[in-house]
Amino acid sequence: MDFNDTTDEAKFRKQAYTWLSKNALLKENSKDSWRPSSEEQGLEEAKIWGAKLYDEGWACLHWPKEYGGRDATPIERVIWGQEVSKFKVPGGYFEIGQGMAGPVMMMYATEDQKKRYLPPLAKAEEVWCQLFSEPASGSDLAGLKTKCEKDGEDWIINGQKIWTSGAHYSDFGILVTRSDPTVAKHKGLTYFFLDMKSPGIEIRPIKQISGGANFNEVYFTDVRIPDTQRLGAVGDGWKVSLTTLMNERLAVGDASGPDFKEAFTLARGQDLNGKLAINNDAVREKLADWYCQASGLKYAKYRNISALSRGETPGPQSSITKIVSGNKLQEIANFGMDLMDTAGILKSDEKDADQSMYQFGFYGAAGIRIAGGTDEILKNIISEQVLGMPQDMRADKGIPFNEIPTSNK
Amino acid sequence: MNFEFSSEQVQLREVVRKMLEGKEALKKARAILEGKESYDKDLWSSLVEMGLTATTIPEEYEGLGLGHLELCVVAEELGRSLAPTPFSSSVYLATEALILLGSEKQKQEYLPKLARGEIIGTFAHTESMTSPTPNNINCTHTDGKLNGTKIVVADGDIADFVIVSAKDSSDIGLYILNLKESNTLIETQDTLDPSRSHASITFSQSNCESLGDSKEGWINIENILNRAAVLFAFEQLGGAEACMNMAKEYSLERFAFGRPIGSFQAIKHKIADMFVSVELARSNCYFGAWALSTNANELPTAAATSRVSASDAFYTCSKENIQTHGGMGFTWEFDCHLFYKRCRQLAANIGSQSIWKDKLISSLERANKL
Repeated sequence: MDFNDTTDEAKFRKQAYTWLSKNALLKENSKDSWRPSSEEQGLEEAKIWGAKLYDEGWACLHWPKEYGGRDATPIERVIWGQEVSKFKVPGGYFEIGQGMAGPVMMMYATEDQKKRYLPPLAKAEEVWCQLFSEPASGSDLAGLKTKCEKDGEDWIINGQKIWTSGAHYSDFGILVTRSDPTVAKHKGLTYFFLDMKSPGIEIRPIKQISGGANFNEVYFTDVRIPDTQRLGAVGDGWKVSLTTLMNERLAVGDASGPDFKEAFTLARGQDLNGKLAINNDAVREKLADWYCQASGLKYAKYRNISALSRGETPGPQSSITKIVSGNKLQEIANFGMDLMDTAGILKSDEKDADQSMYQFGFYGAAGIRIAGGTDEILKNIISEQVLGMPQDMRADKGIPFNEIPTSNK
Repeated sequence: MNFEFSSEQVQLREVVRKMLEGKEALKKARAILEGKESYDKDLWSSLVEMGLTATTIPEEYEGLGLGHLELCVVAEELGRSLAPTPFSSSVYLATEALILLGSEKQKQEYLPKLARGEIIGTFAHTESMTSPTPNNINCTHTDGKLNGTKIVVADGDIADFVIVSAKDSSDIGLYILNLKESNTLIETQDTLDPSRSHASITFSQSNCESLGDSKEGWINIENILNRAAVLFAFEQLGGAEACMNMAKEYSLERFAFGRPIGSFQAIKHKIADMFVSVELARSNCYFGAWALSTNANELPTAAATSRVSASDAFYTCSKENIQTHGGMGFTWEFDCHLFYKRCRQLAANIGSQSIWKDKLISSLERANKL
């Protein structure tokens, strides 16, 4: 048992690090990160960085070379991720496109479409978004209502999507719609990709509990999509969606925000009832719990990487990551503010301040526990897909979609 | 990155698991719990025959000279099956202490016999209803004689020798004595988990020898406990996973409201919570195994992390296993209580959860000086 690279891995790591140190700045500490002054500026910098990665062979590592990748192995992808996390580089704009839209296009698009859309995606020239969730179908995604109707060689789309990150600056989107409401809900779905500048699309930002607006509502009014942009057969949209969701789960990693290290440092410098908080037994117990959770996730990741390094499929341990890290973040954020006592409620806007980090975490954690699969859905996935337990009884099983009871009837 | 057991170690795990299943270790744990015997002699002989008591003993003392990773996979299986033997006292504590601190003469005297399973050793530390500290150890050592009483000594009634913490003028030291030859009063003590025997041992001018530097006694004790903590954590991990699997299997067979109870989210989420606790514990136990096997500087942190995480997992899984079984889980007839009882025994044997959480934060404070 060791943490060492194989010779090939070490060589690849050195190559990645050397390139990164010539092209990016090292982070000064764990809290240091790339912070653009605005969303527009951020997108511009992300495009410049993405083009540089593409030109020198570091974009979409695991994609085939012909579409802009470098045919990297899973372990090389992990090593790149570890090395790049040491540097202050742009992120947050192309993850959905490269991580979710790209793989689905690779599986279901025509060869001509792949040649047209994949290289610009790898090169970070075009931004993609994901149009899945609806106001009345989140965890029950297959209950979505946005309608598609065939009209000659086109489909006409009407309905509403929600929680769409980056819709307002996206060039393209992946979309799942209902083509047949008279069959069971999973059977009547059809999947497309579309131009986000199409007439009839209206995008409205959603104000979140943090006050920020990272998501949108997207309204479709008689939006036309050519049939050639359908991915998978008519009625096969659920199957295609599962491919995308599988990639989403791989893409959602640790919750970002204050972790054990930050809470530990805070407790060692902050007074609690006249003595340092670290000397309070209740504080020490909590810190020990969070350390064990953080350490458990770290070494679960190492177990995954070891499996990849051996060319094996990783075990199910990674399915616990989001549940543990989301809840841990919420607890730590709440603790951090509590340690600041009554004044902890004062709103801080300074991005570097400890207080602000805990406040962002407090809001952020509430969202992380829902995004990309709620805690409850993830527990269903663990019990059903990892442990082989049966599905819950469903009131909508086998019933035509338009006869399923809803809040309105 | 090679943060996994090797295929040989996995194979060893399988062999040990098969042997314990073949011998119906769980039934034997029930028999010990219900009967008068202190441990299962047949199971103990099988472990000895497989060479497991010799695992980490160097070859020069007739051991196998294997590393601690092998011992970790064995521990996991012993925990999974609740094997009622003195393996943990004799191997994780007594043998490890002798390898670590024994003089050449002591090693010659004890290790070959331990390797062959001819003698059983244990470690006696607790004296009262509180965690031992350098200030509350009342057993004393003077000129090769030991006086005082130790309580809840695991396998104290069957051990051939014992390693004891005692005060010598001002320092705490470790002493070793032959229970068959020295003047001691050994009384079996009833505990919550009778599948493991415990005893009190009273020393009256009992002949003993120093083990290790008596000035470094407390440091040595901490070191012994840290190393044993990793091994006990693997036992706890095995027990936790066994409970999770029991709960899952039962929830698939038991019908209520016209369906298996395992199809209710209330039960599925409970078992998913067990899974989360087991996976966190497993990953932390691997951290402990790595630190133990490489004698890393991180050992105090890794030991406490694996201990706290595995105690937590076993507690979660053993109590929720009973809950999943409903009323049947509360009966003597079902096996759930055997795990619940062992969980409590293992969670207390080398110090409580609060103590280990405190040790964890203290070791992190030392490792990250301000």
